[in-house]
Amino acid sequence: MAVSSNDVKMKSAGIGIALTVNGRAHRLELDPRTSLLDALRELLHLTGAKKGCDHGQCGACTVLVNGRRINSCLTLAVMHEDDDIVTIEGLGKPEALHPLQAAFVERDAFQCGYCTPGQICSAIGMLAEARAGWPSHATVDVAAEGTTLTGAEIRERMSGNICRCAAYPNIVAAIRDIVEGVHR
Amino acid sequence: MRPFTYERATDPRAAVAAVSRTGAKFISGGTNLLDLMKLDIEQPSHLVDISRLPLKNIEELPEGGIRIGAQAANSDVAADRRVRTRYPVLSEALVAGASGQLRNMASIGGNLLQRTRCPYFYDTAAACNKRVPGSGCAALDGFNRVHAILGASDACIAVHPSDMAVAMTALEAEIELLGDQGARRVAIDDFYRLPGDTPHIETVLQPGEMITGVILPAPPPGRQGYRKVRDRASYAFALVSVAAVVAAERGTITAARVAFGGVAHKPWRSVEAERILTGQPATMANFRAAAEAAMAQAVGRGHNDFKIELAKRTLCRSLAQLAGELRRQL
Ligand SMILES: Cc1cc2nc3c(=O)[nH]c(=O)nc-3n(C[C@H](O)[C@H](O)[C@H](O)COP(=O)(O)OP(=O)(O)OC[C@H]3O[C@@H](n4cnc5c(N)ncnc54)[C@H](O)[C@@H]3O)c2cc1C
Ligand code: SF4
Ligand code: FES
Ligand code: FES
Repeated sequence: MAVSSNDVKMKSAGIGIALTVNGRAHRLELDPRTSLLDALRELLHLTGAKKGCDHGQCGACTVLVNGRRINSCLTLAVMHEDDDIVTIEGLGKPEALHPLQAAFVERDAFQCGYCTPGQICSAIGMLAEARAGWPSHATVDVAAEGTTLTGAEIRERMSGNICRCAAYPNIVAAIRDIVEGVHR
Repeated sequence: MRPFTYERATDPRAAVAAVSRTGAKFISGGTNLLDLMKLDIEQPSHLVDISRLPLKNIEELPEGGIRIGAQAANSDVAADRRVRTRYPVLSEALVAGASGQLRNMASIGGNLLQRTRCPYFYDTAAACNKRVPGSGCAALDGFNRVHAILGASDACIAVHPSDMAVAMTALEAEIELLGDQGARRVAIDDFYRLPGDTPHIETVLQPGEMITGVILPAPPPGRQGYRKVRDRASYAFALVSVAAVVAAERGTITAARVAFGGVAHKPWRSVEAERILTGQPATMANFRAAAEAAMAQAVGRGHNDFKIELAKRTLCRSLAQLAGELRRQL
């Protein structure tokens, strides 16, 4: 069978699947044990999403699947055939940053940067959830319409992303800038 | 992780047939199963992916209740307008659990069947009757701060970690199951088992049976609320939680529902507390009497002794808040 440049093969070949990442279709042959995170990092060499804990406890591996934020370490790549996957590499480029990336730079919202791709993907998913009116644990009345992203709401909704450097105040400030339209 | 084969189920009956294979397991969101497979605690040899089954809908039922499909994401259920307005205790319990990312992946069926967070269950070097039946229980004389104070046995003192299931217990949910013998429904309180001497058997689910949905009867009268106490403000399991529903007329409680999380091998409904509250004035003295009744049989194992008083105070706070809201409503 012809092998295109996008094809990647793992030694213990198993299942052939189609994955769409950052708008690009890939054909992968992989061991069914491969997590989505490992497929992205080891097979597609998209190393933006990080492996912090590999157990859903840190958020460093957060990516967007069909527009929703998830932990890519706790899901199998084979479960994502035909899904639309977006990683930090798909959001912006150094010369054309996504507004959230620009806000993180402006606000110095990181130190080592290890958690940052996950923070940014998570924040994008979080902002969409808030626009859709989803309640959070910080919401006083879950039955009320609409969501106002106060500092307390942002902190609660971003609690699935741990920052070992504790850049939290600046992360919240960067996200607030987006909420308040500082970066459009 | 051990090797396994994978298949994606296309309809519920095919999924049930596929899982009849020895060593087969369903995978839904994968957030609990894959965690445990990475640690060699769960060892399936075949996975049946049910995450794409058409069981994601939330429908209204003619008698005033709703039916939630087992594959609905925790986040979608928490955000559903009907759930938020008519079953706010469920919405509150869901958003109190895990993180935004995990709630987007986690299914309702998977949440009900998530396994305990007992640290010795997670430590394959420790004795654990739940993980290896007959091997003993390292928690009994170990660091048992997070463990059960009600309904435990000498074989296991683990607690059920779900927040959602506590709210569903207060709402008297029914679990809808599909097996090769057909469909059936089980009240949530009968669905979960106490550990006894078989702590590895956690529910009445038969091998191969699948959860297809959860039925919530019409909401009980009164105000609903979920209160969760934990070691950090977010993204942590409950030490103790309370789901409560309280109705009152002119300061007198006319109906009450009380369920605790973090205290037992299953969500713990307290009919004793409900009985004490019903017909009594909504006062702190009566809330405290209900809390004493709820914890009358509670036993600490050392490190978790604090949970007994914590559970009482959490119930009092919860009831006081709901009673306050009822007064303001008038
Ligand atoms: C870091 C972290 C923090 C968390 N914090 C909380 C918390 O605070 N509160 C809380 O309540 N939960 C918490 N959770 C747990 C989370 O809610 C569960 O992992 C999740 O709900 C499981 O759902 P799932 O669809 O991913 O299940 P899966 O992992 O896919 O499945 C779990 C089990 O259920 C079985 N199963 C799944 N669906 C069905 C079905 N329809 N029929 C029959 N069997 C089925 C599977 O075979 C498996 O054995 C946390 C999890 C993590 C990783
Ligand atoms: S409490 Fe239960 S789960 Fe924990 S070690 Fe003992 S038997 Fe295992
Ligand atoms: S690496 Fe996925 S949550 Fe930590
Ligand atoms: S910037 Fe270092 S972990 Fe967040």
